[in-house]
Amino acid sequence: MQLIDEEALNDITFGSTVFGSGGGGDPYIGTLLARDAIRRFGPVPLVDVEEVPDDANVVFIAGMGAPGVLAEKLPRAEEYDRVLHKFEERMGVKYDYVCPAEAGGLNAVTPFATAAVARVPVIDADGMGRAFPHLEMVTPTLYGGKGTPMMMVDEHGNDLFMVCKENSWAEQIARSAAVTSGANTAMALYPMTGAQAKAWLVRGVLSASADLGRAIRAARAEHRSPVQAVIDNQNGILLFEGKIEHIERRNEGGWTFGRSELSGLGADEGSTMMLHSQNEHLMAERNGEVVATTPDLIMTLELDSGEPIPAEEIRYGFRVAVIGLPCDDRWRTPDGLKLAGPRRFNYDVDFTPVEEFVR
Amino acid sequence: MSLRIGIDVGGTNTDAAVLRGSEVVAATKATTTEDVTSGILTALTRVLEGIDPAEVESVFIGTTHFINAIAQAKGLAQVAAVRIATPPQSLFPMIDWPEHLLPIIGDNFYVVQGGSQFDGRLLNELDEQGLRDTAAKIRAAGIAHVALSAVFSSVNEDPEIRAAEILEEELPGATVTRSALVGRVGILERENATILNAALRDLAAQVVDGLEQVVTSVGITAPILLSQNDGTVMTLERARRFPIFTIASGPTNSMRGAALLAGINDGVVIDVGGTTSDIGMLQHGFPRESTIAMSLAGVRSNFRIPDVLSLALGGGTVIAEHGGTVGPESVGYRIGSEALVFGGSVTTFTDVAVAGGAEPIGDASRVANLDRTLVGAALGRVRDMLIQAVEKAKLSSADVPVIAVGGGAPLLKAVPGLESIVIPENAGVANAVGASFAEAGGEVDTVYSLDGKTRAEVLAEAKALAMQRAIEAGADPDRVRIIEAEEVPLTHLPGGTAVHARVKAVGPFNPNTISKGR
Repeated sequence: MQLIDEEALNDITFGSTVFGSGGGGDPYIGTLLARDAIRRFGPVPLVDVEEVPDDANVVFIAGMGAPGVLAEKLPRAEEYDRVLHKFEERMGVKYDYVCPAEAGGLNAVTPFATAAVARVPVIDADGMGRAFPHLEMVTPTLYGGKGTPMMMVDEHGNDLFMVCKENSWAEQIARSAAVTSGANTAMALYPMTGAQAKAWLVRGVLSASADLGRAIRAARAEHRSPVQAVIDNQNGILLFEGKIEHIERRNEGGWTFGRSELSGLGADEGSTMMLHSQNEHLMAERNGEVVATTPDLIMTLELDSGEPIPAEEIRYGFRVAVIGLPCDDRWRTPDGLKLAGPRRFNYDVDFTPVEEFVR
Repeated sequence: MSLRIGIDVGGTNTDAAVLRGSEVVAATKATTTEDVTSGILTALTRVLEGIDPAEVESVFIGTTHFINAIAQAKGLAQVAAVRIATPPQSLFPMIDWPEHLLPIIGDNFYVVQGGSQFDGRLLNELDEQGLRDTAAKIRAAGIAHVALSAVFSSVNEDPEIRAAEILEEELPGATVTRSALVGRVGILERENATILNAALRDLAAQVVDGLEQVVTSVGITAPILLSQNDGTVMTLERARRFPIFTIASGPTNSMRGAALLAGINDGVVIDVGGTTSDIGMLQHGFPRESTIAMSLAGVRSNFRIPDVLSLALGGGTVIAEHGGTVGPESVGYRIGSEALVFGGSVTTFTDVAVAGGAEPIGDASRVANLDRTLVGAALGRVRDMLIQAVEKAKLSSADVPVIAVGGGAPLLKAVPGLESIVIPENAGVANAVGASFAEAGGEVDTVYSLDGKTRAEVLAEAKALAMQRAIEAGADPDRVRIIEAEEVPLTHLPGGTAVHARVKAVGPFNPNTISKGR
């Protein structure tokens, strides 16, 4: 068990932007909310999933909405508090632990806003080990875990309790409800036992985030390469170093599709890379050959500072390192690939483990 | 009546230039004074020698008054912040502000029920009685400036407008700065700008009075206009209400000046000062603006600021390790005594540039024997720094012209591999020239709901509104044009139910549309 204070929270935020794999939403607002809760109620315990009793009640806490809306209609502590109470009321049980659904981006930190007030620990795990755009794309789905019963609350006092047939229905209905309510909601979802949490979740992802955040900070302070620090820290693979030459973005069906073309620098001089994204980076081609795909993580870091650059903020001329991080093994199974592999996003290629890439 | 005067009040120098059309008739540099106005008076008096003040058609001023006031927390007024949202709120205004600015608000933050949704629907009914009660508290606290914001007032202004009416009714004599008139989407950043603007209102009144006096005192009766962050101008009357729009005018003016002096509208501009070089991109003769949250004197903001990269390279930058290290230290304003060419003992960028063949400054013989390897290594490093920064500033891989201005611009002539850089005549007073060449602009930055409309229709609507705003700001109605238009659907919302449009229109400033009464 460790206590997450403001500084540890900042490190988690930084690392979670890397795990966001280019998406996941800007964690700034979520961090402000969690920080405020920690300031008022004190540091939040972060526990390893092994410390959780098998019969404990565990639930994911996440926000659903649009990052562009959150920046205006600010999330409130009230909803991250209420969502758990209301869920407990409906379920007739008390939840002993909360946990992030995704450790990439904004939702890595929203559970801390709930945990601080409810005085429950956050489990050092998540259901993705990264960010994905749909709520059914979590490891519990692979075990037959159910996203519902689910509670969704908004600042107008609406509480929506849902039981859905499939996790993909939960995604679609919840998203429609979130839009109608004004695109800023808090959710408690995927109720599970401690035993299930141990079997289902991606372990250690928040402490890995914090550790990664610290590693980048330390590398900068000691004038070492922050990009190398990320690679060393996460068993990452340097896929490419280059300059953004061309960017294409189009928006379809609520998603941002992007393609970035890079020309090589240093050892990669003369080579090219093409990055494909749908909110998150999902596929990287080097000299026309696919070298990394979802569900492995693909991330762009500013070459000098190591600053993680979200897919939406990539601009011409940025000098970046493209790194690949191996995803949780379960994403590499046939079921995992069916749920979050390249074909799930309409890329007609086979998954290639990123560590097989030889530069 | 065909002359324009541009004045740039910087931290060190006050520059003035007189222009006829695009021709610089006279230019001068004076020292910026503590009271600012006497420095302007000196520059104006000098630059007007032999010129009939009656011939002056308009006076354009760029000033660092307000950004300095914020940086030093000097002359700022007490402000009450009122947010129209769903009470209670968890995230308050002024989050992450530097300590020295926090007293501007103190405890005077109030939340009143109201606001809009992302698609313009009402978020809550406005609590008018609650607002009147809040006004009573503000009155009791003796606060004369209110910063008012409402959730999504950038989409639907009505709740914020109504709230402003009530506050003005209840607080006669107080000023109300309304957030939708100051910033774009992103309420925390918009509030930051709104609060700073409210805090600057008293100072703005003083400064505007001072500028009017000093310009009138030299016999000029033409309208006076202030440079805004985006290279357009505003009237002094508007500056009294929106001083915040002037705070980043320095880099803007130098880039606009570079465009005019070099006759180039699209390219990269390097403004070489004493300690840093500011590098930015010109698009259609205007600086490209940042789309991400920018820090201004430590305050996160989202208003109209040129996307400028600051490089630790200026005339006073210290060369160390036998030319292997360039900066980031600089001798700054002490260059006149510490650089080798001025009899000092510190090797600076100015020294290696003069040794490398730039136009002699000071006593060039003092660097005649400077080690050639050192000079070569340092200039090579400077070249790498500049090329990298220029590449970062560019928006496409196409070759674009690079223009250098500022006091240190001539030094770049000595840098090998940068021969194609354009260093225009009068590069040293590019800021003042830029100030004088301002245009009037109008902007739309709004999230539109796509309710029964196509994206093209929404964009056309935004363009028409931006042009109308530019004309209201003084642009020539016959020559107003759109210089920036983009629409981005909000992600995570299915079907693209809302789109964020940003459009800017500008037109040559038409003095006849501005009232002589200022």
